Amino acid sequence: MNSAGTVSRALSWLGDRMAATGRATRFFLRLSYLSVESLRRPRLIIDQIHFIGNYSLSIILVSGLLIGFVLGLQGYYTLRRYGSEEALGLLVTLSLVRELGPVVTALLFAGRAGTSLTAEVGLMKAGEQIDAMEMMAVDPVARVLAPRYLAAVICMPLLAALFSALGVLGGYLVGVVMIGVDAGAFWSQMQGGVDWLRDVGNGVAKSVVFGFTVAFVALHVGYQAEATPEGVSRATTTTVVVASLAILALDFILTALMFS
Amino acid sequence: MNRKGVDVLVGLFVLLGFAALVFLALRAGNMSSSLGLGETYQVVAKFDNIGGLKPRAAVRSAGVVVGRVVSVSLDDQTFQAVVRLELDTRYKFPKDTSAKILTAGLLGEQYIGLEPGGDSALLAPGGTLTLTQSAVVLENIIGQFLYKSAAEGDKK
Repeated sequence: MNSAGTVSRALSWLGDRMAATGRATRFFLRLSYLSVESLRRPRLIIDQIHFIGNYSLSIILVSGLLIGFVLGLQGYYTLRRYGSEEALGLLVTLSLVRELGPVVTALLFAGRAGTSLTAEVGLMKAGEQIDAMEMMAVDPVARVLAPRYLAAVICMPLLAALFSALGVLGGYLVGVVMIGVDAGAFWSQMQGGVDWLRDVGNGVAKSVVFGFTVAFVALHVGYQAEATPEGVSRATTTTVVVASLAILALDFILTALMFS
Repeated sequence: MNRKGVDVLVGLFVLLGFAALVFLALRAGNMSSSLGLGETYQVVAKFDNIGGLKPRAAVRSAGVVVGRVVSVSLDDQTFQAVVRLELDTRYKFPKDTSAKILTAGLLGEQYIGLEPGGDSALLAPGGTLTLTQSAVVLENIIGQFLYKSAAEGDKK
């Protein structure tokens, strides 16, 4: 009797998980389809790019520069042992373009833009704006969520590219201007070792995947949030945790696929 | 904010993003040649073997960077490597300057070392460095060492 109860509870829990996964998949497909539809209203998308992209610019640029500084210093200290300081440019650029650029940008993006998306959608729900739209026969997913989704997917690779470029600049400032590594060797080793398609292209592909991940997690969690102040605050936390873990897990899989 | 302001800012953001992509794709291409050296003149040096010397490698004299390698090609008449160097016009070298291919550190990057001779005539732009010493290829040295020690072993 007791063990039968445990089994049935476990089964119903499993069923709930399955249903949640199914709902998420359905929501993802609907959002992707509607975001293509939303191209007919470019105004909404441009407003969202402004809100998501332009306002994330400062944090991305400053972090990129600082990460470049740190990479330049740490790389120099390690490479100096082997007498190959000239490889500093290569080290800084490869680490940024392949890994740090897409991943750190995506983590910052989840914190900066993902949370605001979740909170916005969650509060619209708590304020019954979403219900009001449904009453007026306006699809809230098409009108509110889809433009935000598309804008986030567009912004993410651009922000990652800016992050990497600023990081290379930071590495140059520390390595060449401050420490005095030969500028020609810095750039020539970099150019000799970084392939534009294999390294830069794959980095961009990664950042596009992360853009989809962050946007989907943020909007899904916000849209499913409980319509109370506590619900919205919990949803915001969930967005950061789930999006960050998803980014790191996906990064491992993508790296294994791309650079094997 | 008004409509146009938003459009301009978004346009700026997208342009910046693409500029960053182009910068990464071209790997900051000719940045060093525009920032690194001023006026230059070109000379040619022919080597029997250049080892791992690559275009844009440094040219040093007494340890000071005085120029860069522009290009590396093979002369199919003499089967020698033809290395074009670009030297800073501030530095003039005698005509009998010799060029060596050296390595920074044990496994570091290869560069060209110039040793000035005693000739009073100066190396003209477009001139050729005739006294050259090839790169040291590690495999050849190991090969010679093994051959020598095998020969000594036979004598005993």
